[in-house]
Order: sequence, then C-alpha cells, then structure tokens
Amino acid sequence: MDEILTILQDLHPDVDFESCDTLIDDGILDSFDIVTIIAEINDEFDVKIGAEQIVPENFNSAEAIWELVRRLEDDE
Amino acid sequence: MLFTSYEFIAFLICVIILYYVLPSRYQWKLLLAASYVFYFVSGWKNCFFILLTTGSTYFLARRIDGLHREQAAYIKEHKKELSKEERKRYKEKIKSRQWRLLLTGLFLNFGVLAVLKYSNFAIANLNFGLSLLGSQRQIGFLSLLLPLGISFYTFITMGYLIDVYRGKYPAEPCIGKLALFVSFFPQLIQGPISRFDQMKETLFSEHSFDSREVSFGLERILWGFFKKLVIADRILTGVTTIIQQPETYNGIYVFVGMMFYALQLYADFTGGIDITIGIAQTLGIKVQENFIRPYFSKNIAEYWRRWHITLGTWFTEYIFYPVSVCQPMLRFSRFCRKHLGDYAGKRMPVYVASLAVWFTTGIWHGASWNFVVWGLLNGIIIILSQECEPLYARFHARFHVAQKRWYAGFQVIRTVLLMSSLRMLDCYRDVPLTFRMFGDMFLHSRVSQLFDGRFMSLGLTVSDYIVLIVGTLILLGASLAGRSGSLREKLASKPAPVRYALLYSLFLCTLLIGAYGVGYDSSQFIYNQF
Repeated sequence: MDEILTILQDLHPDVDFESCDTLIDDGILDSFDIVTIIAEINDEFDVKIGAEQIVPENFNSAEAIWELVRRLEDDE
Repeated sequence: MLFTSYEFIAFLICVIILYYVLPSRYQWKLLLAASYVFYFVSGWKNCFFILLTTGSTYFLARRIDGLHREQAAYIKEHKKELSKEERKRYKEKIKSRQWRLLLTGLFLNFGVLAVLKYSNFAIANLNFGLSLLGSQRQIGFLSLLLPLGISFYTFITMGYLIDVYRGKYPAEPCIGKLALFVSFFPQLIQGPISRFDQMKETLFSEHSFDSREVSFGLERILWGFFKKLVIADRILTGVTTIIQQPETYNGIYVFVGMMFYALQLYADFTGGIDITIGIAQTLGIKVQENFIRPYFSKNIAEYWRRWHITLGTWFTEYIFYPVSVCQPMLRFSRFCRKHLGDYAGKRMPVYVASLAVWFTTGIWHGASWNFVVWGLLNGIIIILSQECEPLYARFHARFHVAQKRWYAGFQVIRTVLLMSSLRMLDCYRDVPLTFRMFGDMFLHSRVSQLFDGRFMSLGLTVSDYIVLIVGTLILLGASLAGRSGSLREKLASKPAPVRYALLYSLFLCTLLIGAYGVGYDSSQFIYNQF
C-alpha cells in the first residue's frame, strides 16, 4: 500500500490520497495520470494491468488501486 | 430518408403511433422492423453490410461469452485440484482463444469499413507515389458503395464485441435485440456511438405512453429542426460560396467563412443529435448525450470532452488505453526513461498513444489528408498545452486571473477561434490551399473588405442575415440558460399559456423561416457523410 501512496504522491503532492475515494469521479486523476500509474505499478509489482481494468472503481482511491494489484498478483 | 424530409416525418409519426397502439411486448420488434425499413429505403444494398456486421458480431460475441462461462465453470469445478500455475495456464489458453475470436471480428468489420471507405484514398496516394517515381502507370479508382452510417454502426458494434471480450457484460442471447441495437434508426446514421450496457435497459423494455416524456421528446425534436432548418441550412449557402471560390473570397472572408462554418457545423450536428435523442425519448428510450455546450470550453482538451462525447470516450477506452498500457509501450517507456530521463519516459507513451488516437479520429472523419492533418494538429495542440501547463499555472498565480470572468471569456473565445481555425481543413479542397487561405486571413484581411459588395453576394439576403443573427442569439441564450439545468424542465414549470406560446413560436419559426418549402431540397446532415 505504501508503494501505491508513494507513486500517487509523486504525481500530485497536494492531494490527500489516504482519504480521497473520488480520484476519478472528481477528475483528480486524468488519463495521463492513469497511464503513468500503470507504468509505475508494472515496474514496482511486476503485474500487468490491462485496458479492461481501467474503470473508475479500480482507480477511485489508493485502496482500490492496491486491491486491484493484489487481485492481479493472486491471478498471476 | 433524411430526418428533415417529409417522408421521414410521416414515417416517424406512423412508428410512434404504432409503438404505443401495439401491445408493448412487440415494441422492440416494431423498432427493429422500422429500423430496417428506414435503412432499406436509404439503399437496399446497404442492408447486406449491416447484416454481415450484426451476424458476425452476434456469433463471435456469443462464442467469446461461452468461453467466459466455460472457464468460470471449469475453475469452480476443479478449484481444489488445480495448482495456481495450472489455473493460470488454463486461463491463458482460454484468453488466447477469445483473443483470436475478437481479432476475427475486428479484422472482418474494420476491414469492410477500411476497404469501402479508404480504398480510393489509398489508390490516390499510390498514384501520387508512382508519379513521383516517374511512372506513367496509374491505378484506376474503384466504384465502391459506402453504406450509410457504416462508420457509426461499425464502432457501436465493435465496442460491444470488445466489452464482451473484456467480460464487462454477457453477450446478448437474442440476435433480434442485437440487430436492433446496431440498427436503431434514430442513431444509425450520425450516432451517438452508444454503449450496449447503457442502452439495453430502455431499448428492449416495454414502455407505456408517458405524456411528459413524449412531450419532452417532441420539444427536443422541434429544437433540433430549428437548429438544422433555420440556422444550419440557411448559412450553408454562404459557407459553400466562400470555400468554393477561394480566389474571390480571400482576406477577411476566410475569417467570415471560418466562423460561418463553426456555426453551421454546431447547428447541424447538435441539431441532428437533438432530433435523435428527442425521437428516442418520445419512444421512452434513453440515448447518451453527445454534447455539453462545447463552445463554452476553455481549452481544446475540455472542448473534446464536450463535443462528440461518445466518439471521444470510444477512442479513449478502445484505443488510447490499450495502446498506452500495452507491453511494447511500457517497454518503450522504460527505454525512454533510461535514455531520456524520467520526465520523457513518463510522457512519451501517453503522447504516442494520443497521436495514434488523433490520427484515427482524423481518418474516421474522412478519407483525405485534410482530415489526417486536422486530427494530428488537434493532438499536437493538446500535447503542447499539456507541456505548457506549468507555465499557465505560473502565469495564473502571478497575475491572479484564473478566477476572473473576463479571463474565462478570453479563454472561451480563444478556444472557439482555435477550433474554428483547425476546422478550415474540413472546408477547403486540400491541405496546401487551407494553409494558404489561413495565411491569407492574417496577411490580407481588412475590415473595409466587408463593405466592397462581396458580403452581399454570398447568396444570403438581408433577411437571411437577420434570421441568422436572431437564431444565433437564441442558440446562445438557450446555451447560457441551460447551464443551470434542463431548459425543458424550466419550461415545464411555466404556466401552460407561456409554455405553449413559446413552443408554438418555435414551431412557427421553424415552419415559416426554416430553409424549407415547396421544391426545397433539404441538405444532408454533415455527419451523415461519415
């Protein structure tokens, strides 16, 4: 989880990622950010996030992203 | 059969009456029959292609969905005996079969679209290449039929197939219902590019007559007719005169043509979509909005989130994300990070994917270099804006203008001018001429040119100009009023005499001053040609 928070903080230092759960709904993360996050996760965790996983519920909070990574790790 | 033709209006009235008179379980079947009648009348040969797309997508989606279910059942049944590695291998095997089925569908359907729409463009370029090499040989052009709305229904259908492949929802088991989704006549020829999961609920369900929904739908249709007939078709003459005679209409007339076209395209396309959404609402069906006051956008990226929204989201979901996060692109990102630094490494994949999207957006609009250059210029400007973001932020912080109303107005006007400039590529016959006229607008424009007699020879009379000015003010007023909520809701809350007086006035305006009448041949909607 800490790694996810670090990736997010690097992108937007001014956002409180620990509490925010509307990152997509409120337009805090745009498509540019999403692609950057996926590239970072790919390096950090060695999981492949496909385009089909890019839906708001998987990226609305740091917790949701972490859940996605764990799910993919389990699958792989 | 154009939306604005007498035949279509008669057809629509028959469909609406039958829709509510027949038992409601037959409603979707009636719409399917009506959609095919509508399409058959537009050219019976077109039906072969839409049937091919519908049939192939139905069978492939069902097979892909069958494999999803087969996989779930197998894993559930063998949960205890399968190791993690075995489970992974099994999933990969299923995925690979699904991928082949998906590719078959994509190649077949986009292949048909590519051959019909782009063969002659490819031949023209080959011929140009051959002439550059000094060859006398020229390849003859093909006489191909371009079925009405093929770009729209192919995208709608392929979006459905990809969603089923991704497991977003199950495949539709009834081929008739899928055929209706693909061919639903109000959206068949100019969109919106709807999604199956968003539309199926209201498209296939039974509807009883709801006077509020029907009257809201009819009001929306009337508004669409007003935009198309009173504004778009009237200003068309002026636009055509300017762009077809670039030697006569140069200097400030390039700017006039550019702004006329901005108004025509807005009134034409949004008017068409108003008619589409209004017809659907009259039938109790919800179709996604395609515009949110696009000319109030403060930058191009925002404009594209508010103009032709369903096309933009289609490209984002099915091209931008898959290209950006595919493994070769992630490897390319790592390569850039290693050799060019973190900053470039993060941005390069997004920019390459953006340019791929904008190239496709351009070529989707038409088989010509004008549209390719138009698409790429949009992409380049968005990328430059992204790169200049820190500069803008510093400027806003330094001069405290971000919250000022006049600055917001400046940003809106800047965006309209920028978008209108790019759209000159839609108008002039080729790219070099467009750039020449763009330059001419800056180098040779003088206000006095407006009074040298050419303005009144554009094919528009004084009364046409008055109608256009008043019509544009009405459009602007409606857009401004619409910012604080639905105009039709507001209208519905007014006393009946006020409401009916306003609607009757709009109806009379459209009927009496629309570019219409005996012997008048209403022009095709611009987006019908895509």
